[in-house]
Amino acid sequence: MRYLPHTEEDIKEMLQTVGSESLDALFSMIPENCRRSEDMNLPESLTEWELDKLMENLSNDIAASPEYKSFVGAGSYEHYIPASAQYLLSRSEFVTSYTPYQPEMTQGTLQAIYEYQTLVSRLLGMEVANASIYDGASALAEALLMSIRITRKNKVAVSQLVHPLYRQVIKTYFKPSGYEIVELPYLESGLTDISGLKDLEDFAAVAVQSPNFFGCIEDLHTVGEMAHEKKTLLVAAFTEPLAFGLFKSPGSLGADIACGEGQSLGIPQAFGGPALGLFAGKLKYVRHMPGRLVGETVDRGGKRGYVLTLATREQHIRREKATSNICTNNSLCALASAMYMASTGGTGIRSLARLNYDKSEYLKSAFRNAGIGIPFEGATFNEFVVKLSGGSRKAYDRLLKKKIIAGLDLAPYYSELENHYLFCVTETKSRAEMDRLVQEMTS
Amino acid sequence: MKEIDELNLPEDLNYAEDHEWVLRDGDTVKIGISDYAQDQLGDIVFVELPEVGAVFNKGDEFGTVESVKAVSELYIPISGEITGINKSLEDSPELVNTDPYKNGWMVQVKPGNPDELNELMNRNAYLEMLKGME
Repeated sequence: MRYLPHTEEDIKEMLQTVGSESLDALFSMIPENCRRSEDMNLPESLTEWELDKLMENLSNDIAASPEYKSFVGAGSYEHYIPASAQYLLSRSEFVTSYTPYQPEMTQGTLQAIYEYQTLVSRLLGMEVANASIYDGASALAEALLMSIRITRKNKVAVSQLVHPLYRQVIKTYFKPSGYEIVELPYLESGLTDISGLKDLEDFAAVAVQSPNFFGCIEDLHTVGEMAHEKKTLLVAAFTEPLAFGLFKSPGSLGADIACGEGQSLGIPQAFGGPALGLFAGKLKYVRHMPGRLVGETVDRGGKRGYVLTLATREQHIRREKATSNICTNNSLCALASAMYMASTGGTGIRSLARLNYDKSEYLKSAFRNAGIGIPFEGATFNEFVVKLSGGSRKAYDRLLKKKIIAGLDLAPYYSELENHYLFCVTETKSRAEMDRLVQEMTS
Repeated sequence: MKEIDELNLPEDLNYAEDHEWVLRDGDTVKIGISDYAQDQLGDIVFVELPEVGAVFNKGDEFGTVESVKAVSELYIPISGEITGINKSLEDSPELVNTDPYKNGWMVQVKPGNPDELNELMNRNAYLEMLKGME
C-alpha cells in the first residue's frame, strides 16, 4: 500500500467533514496539561551540503566498515546484500508496508509476509512462523512467556551461553511477572552444561542458543530429549540463522519454539538496528504465539487470497488477555529478509553458509599455527573464541589504529574469561585480510 | 441472532449468570454454554479446555471459547475437580454452535460443594434474567 501524506487541503476537507474548525479543536478533548503548547526546541534545519558534512564528521569517529576490517559478530553480522533485494525493498509499495488490516487493499504486502513466513519456517525447520517481531532478544523473551502460557508452569532455564544482552532483555520482560529464571552454567568445552536438566522439576522451558555466544554448536537434540522427558519445552535461540544453511535446523532437532535474530538475512548492520525477530513454533501451539500471522485462503469466487488470521489472540481484540502486547511486526525488515532468502535460494544459502564456515576455519587454523590458543574445541560456524596471552588489550588497541577490529573482548560479559576474544569471519573477509590480521597480532 | 423466545433452554438443566449450563449426572456434572451464549458468540472456531485433574473454585476461569469475532473466558459455575473434557471439540468446535447441550458439552466436574448446585438458576429464572438484559 502506498503512503501519501495529507496536504493542507486534505486536512481542511476532513476537518469540514467531521465538523471541526481546526486540528487543535479536534484534539481539544485531550487534557490541556497533556498537550505541548510551546514549539519543539529543534536546531535550525540544515542544507543538504551541511547535513552531508555533519554525517561525514560523525562517521569519522566510528569504526565502521568498509574502511575498517571488523572481525566482530556477536549478534550482528556483516554479510553481502544482493542489489536485487535492496532494489525490491526500495519500491514504495513495500517501503510503507505497515500492518495490513485491510485485505482488499493490501494483497501484495500480505502475500509478501506470507512468503516470508514460509521461508522462515523452512529455514528453521518449523511448522509455522509468525510475521516477525522486533529482534532476536524480544523474540526469545516472548518465546519463554509463550512456553509459560502453554505449560502453565512459571520457571524457565536459560543457558549462560545465550547472548548476554538477550538474557538482560529476558530479565527485563520477567521482572514484573514474578516468573523465575534459572541460568544453566557452561562447561570447559564451550557448551552448555545440561547435566542439571534431569533435576529440573516444573520448568516451562529450557532455552539454549546454537550456535551459542562462543560460536559453538550445541547438542540441541539431547537438550530436547531431556527437556521433553520433564514435559518442558525446548526453546532454540540463535543469533546467526545462516548457520542453518549448513547445520541441522532447530526444528529437525526437536525444538518446540525456534526464535532469534534475522539481521544476517539481508539487513544492514546499521550500528545495531533495526533488527528482525524470527519466531516459529509447532503448529499445535499456534494459538499461544505472539505477534501477527498471515494466512492463505480463498475469496467468494474461489480465488487465492491472503488475510491476517488468528487475530483473536491479539491485543486489539483480547485486550489484557492477549498472548502478547506485540500487536505488529517488523515488516520492512521481514520483507528484506524474504527478498534476501528468495534471491539466494536454498542452494545459495547452503553455499554461503559453507563459505562462512570454511573462512572461519581458515582463520582458526592460522591462529593455531601462529601459537594462539583456541580454548573451545567443538564445532563452530562463523565465530570462535581465541585466548591471547597477557597484555592482549595492547594488541587490540594497536590493531584498531590500523583499522582492524580484532574480535570482541569477552571479559565484560564473562569476568572469568580475561584475554578471551570472540572472532567472526563471514564471506566478506578475504584470505589476505585474515593473513594480515594474524600477522599483525603476532608481530 | 435469535430472539429470546427462539432460544432452546432445556428444563432439566441449571444455568449460571455467565451463561454456562450444568447437568447433574450421578456423582458428577457436565458443563457447557447456553444456546444464548453460543448464538451471541457466533461461529466458534476454537475451545480451550483445562486438563483433567485440575481443581477450580466457583467463578474461576476454566477455559476460553473463540469465535470468529471474539474470545470469551469460561467461568466455572461450581467448585470442583475436572474429571473429563470433551475431546471432540478439539477438531469440531462448531459442535458448541450446532448442539450446545449434547455433543457440545465442555467439561465434566466432580462438585467440591454440592450445595452450590442449588444456587444456580432453573430455566425460568434464567429466561427472566435474559429478558431483563434486553
